[in-house]
Amino acid sequence: MFKLRYSAVLVLIVAAAIGVFVWMTNKPDSRFAFKLGLDLSGGSHLVYNADTSKIPAGETADAMNALQIVIERRVNAFGVGEPVVQTEQAGALGNGAYRLIVELPGITDVNEAVAMIGQTPTLEFKLAQKGEATTDTGATVPIETYVDTGLTGKYLTNAALQFGNGSGSLQTQPTILVTFNSEGTKLFGEITSQNVGRELGIFLDGRLLSAPVIQERIDNGQALISGNFTAQSAKDLVTNLNLGALPVPITLASTESIGATLGDQAVHAGVFAGLLGFLILSIFMIVWYRVPGVVAVVSLVIYCVIMLAIFKLIPVVLTAAGIAAFILSVGLAVDANVLIAERMKEEMAAGASTQDAIGHGFSRAWSAIRDSNIAHIIAAVILFWFGTSIIKGFALVFGLGVIISMLSAIVISRTFMLALGINTHSRLGRFFMRSGIK
Amino acid sequence: MNITKNLKYFFILPALLSVLAILAIAMWGLRPGIDLAGGSMLQVTYQPTAQVDASVRPPVEQVRAVVEQLNFGEVRIQPVGENGYIFNQRDLSNEEKNQLVAVLTGFGPVHEDQYSSVGPVLGAELLRKGLISLGLVIICIILFIAFAFRHVSKPVASWKYGVVAIVTLLHDILVPAGLFAFLGFYEDARIDSLFIVALLTILGISINDTIVVFDRIRENLRLNMQHSKTEAFDVVVGKSIKQTLARSINTSLTVIIMLAALYFVGPVATKDFALTLIVGMVAGTYSSIFLASPLLVAWDKWSRRNA
Repeated sequence: MFKLRYSAVLVLIVAAAIGVFVWMTNKPDSRFAFKLGLDLSGGSHLVYNADTSKIPAGETADAMNALQIVIERRVNAFGVGEPVVQTEQAGALGNGAYRLIVELPGITDVNEAVAMIGQTPTLEFKLAQKGEATTDTGATVPIETYVDTGLTGKYLTNAALQFGNGSGSLQTQPTILVTFNSEGTKLFGEITSQNVGRELGIFLDGRLLSAPVIQERIDNGQALISGNFTAQSAKDLVTNLNLGALPVPITLASTESIGATLGDQAVHAGVFAGLLGFLILSIFMIVWYRVPGVVAVVSLVIYCVIMLAIFKLIPVVLTAAGIAAFILSVGLAVDANVLIAERMKEEMAAGASTQDAIGHGFSRAWSAIRDSNIAHIIAAVILFWFGTSIIKGFALVFGLGVIISMLSAIVISRTFMLALGINTHSRLGRFFMRSGIK
Repeated sequence: MNITKNLKYFFILPALLSVLAILAIAMWGLRPGIDLAGGSMLQVTYQPTAQVDASVRPPVEQVRAVVEQLNFGEVRIQPVGENGYIFNQRDLSNEEKNQLVAVLTGFGPVHEDQYSSVGPVLGAELLRKGLISLGLVIICIILFIAFAFRHVSKPVASWKYGVVAIVTLLHDILVPAGLFAFLGFYEDARIDSLFIVALLTILGISINDTIVVFDRIRENLRLNMQHSKTEAFDVVVGKSIKQTLARSINTSLTVIIMLAALYFVGPVATKDFALTLIVGMVAGTYSSIFLASPLLVAWDKWSRRNA
């Protein structure tokens, strides 16, 4: 008995300590503050389709990694707090397409968010080729087509804005000096040495900027791009080129943005719903199940405290769906206590002593508790696997709740029930252990 | 409770509800929201100004008139809160969305509360994943129940428990689905990915009550075997239902209390979700008592008659 009471007190002290931890780390600047999802804190969620059709089969994963790094660099350049940039493949159930997902907390204006990711400046160098085309009337006319050289913005190390450097009207025109990396320098050298006298077209986003004639082999890895730039457009282009041309073209597939006010309201409503539900649930449990009901409520409080601490430690990003899952899990966590209390009542009715009734109540209720919790876990695992971020948040909280609630119902409630040591041979003791309206 | 005598009456309500639900779904269908079908949604609030302190929201007819000029196809306009509107339409490009905000600003300063736009491909993929997951959960649960009850083969084979559990579960998700077909028709309610999550969750948790009853049948059958007592199967089932009635109702009640709090005072985003779950839980509690076990008895009788 002493040992049991000792462990019961120990459980209470540990739970109180966890409670203090949860309470103390609630300030927004704390390392363990709750992490709120975009739907609760406000922000933008952008999904881009990545066009990997031009990437050789084996290199797609590398290209997607490179894309992620470039986008991260762009987003970071704007100083957004804790942005999330990730790539995913639309797995076994999808069409295998690659996607880029960008989450920008605090950016609630989609325009701003899209601008931050930026347009895709694809810079390409193509060789002009004289050809012939047949017109409708049957006559042949000479035309110019451009063929890929393989030299693209991928090989850039740096772009810089320059004024002048030319003669006449070029004097005041802004131009852009691009510098290639070693690989690009080699490629540029080869192209220029083999094609002296031909035109090298410089394309930005598929649009021809200029097509200077190659005068001689260029080995220093630098090219000067002129076009009809204004000072501003040249400056923007330099910025975008320096932030990195995207190795994979992307198009916006879905956008979502939520203002901070709406998220705030959702958090408050969620917390209020949780507290109100908990209060009604506690009243019900105590009125109906008496002492086992009180024990159930105490272990439910401990369950909540442990869950909140886990949310902070993992950390679990809380969304509206996650909060709903937590509220639901509280209702489910108490189920095990209901089954145990009912079972104890039965054992007592069959004439078992208090200790035996508690022992049998727990052990014989176990098979039903185990089986129903396994069914919950099956649902949680499939939900997690099904999931977009909303559903994953729900499934994670739900699954965690199932596991922790088994622990709290079986270990914690049992310790308390035994530690209380109610004598069921007295009338009062029997009253406390019974349930219902009798 | 005499199961044998009242067998056919127990089936009336769940059968009726299932038929009604199927009819509702067949007649009106379930209307997918933008995250499943693609489309866009914009929620705005008109900002009160110093001069006007009452409602600053322009009348819905005026808003509709200017929005229709943008040619976005069908636009659903719903008033929300005191000064807000929600606009639902096909998925918009960024420029089109800016145009929409621009015409709304014509009535006064607006605050953009939330905006989302989903391409049709993404939506279709989510829908397909959801349906596959539903099927998968059903298969996993039937396998699990058959496994958990594998030692109980007399007088009813363990896989039959699994099949009966699934019939019960189908009833439990048909009822909320039927309700949303009805709400879709009357209130233009839409189903979103959270609806699918709710159905999956119902599958996971409404099985609880069924397991509690089956677990007791399993135990009573074992006790009878140990004491070499012969009791008709329907008597064992009737006894088991009676013994577990209070806990079946109470375990569901605790969940329903929490869900009701979520529905009545919780965030707007999870209101429909809570409603779906509440309806599913109520249906689940009823069906575990009045559908699952009587079905086992009926099946047992039927196979005896044909043996």
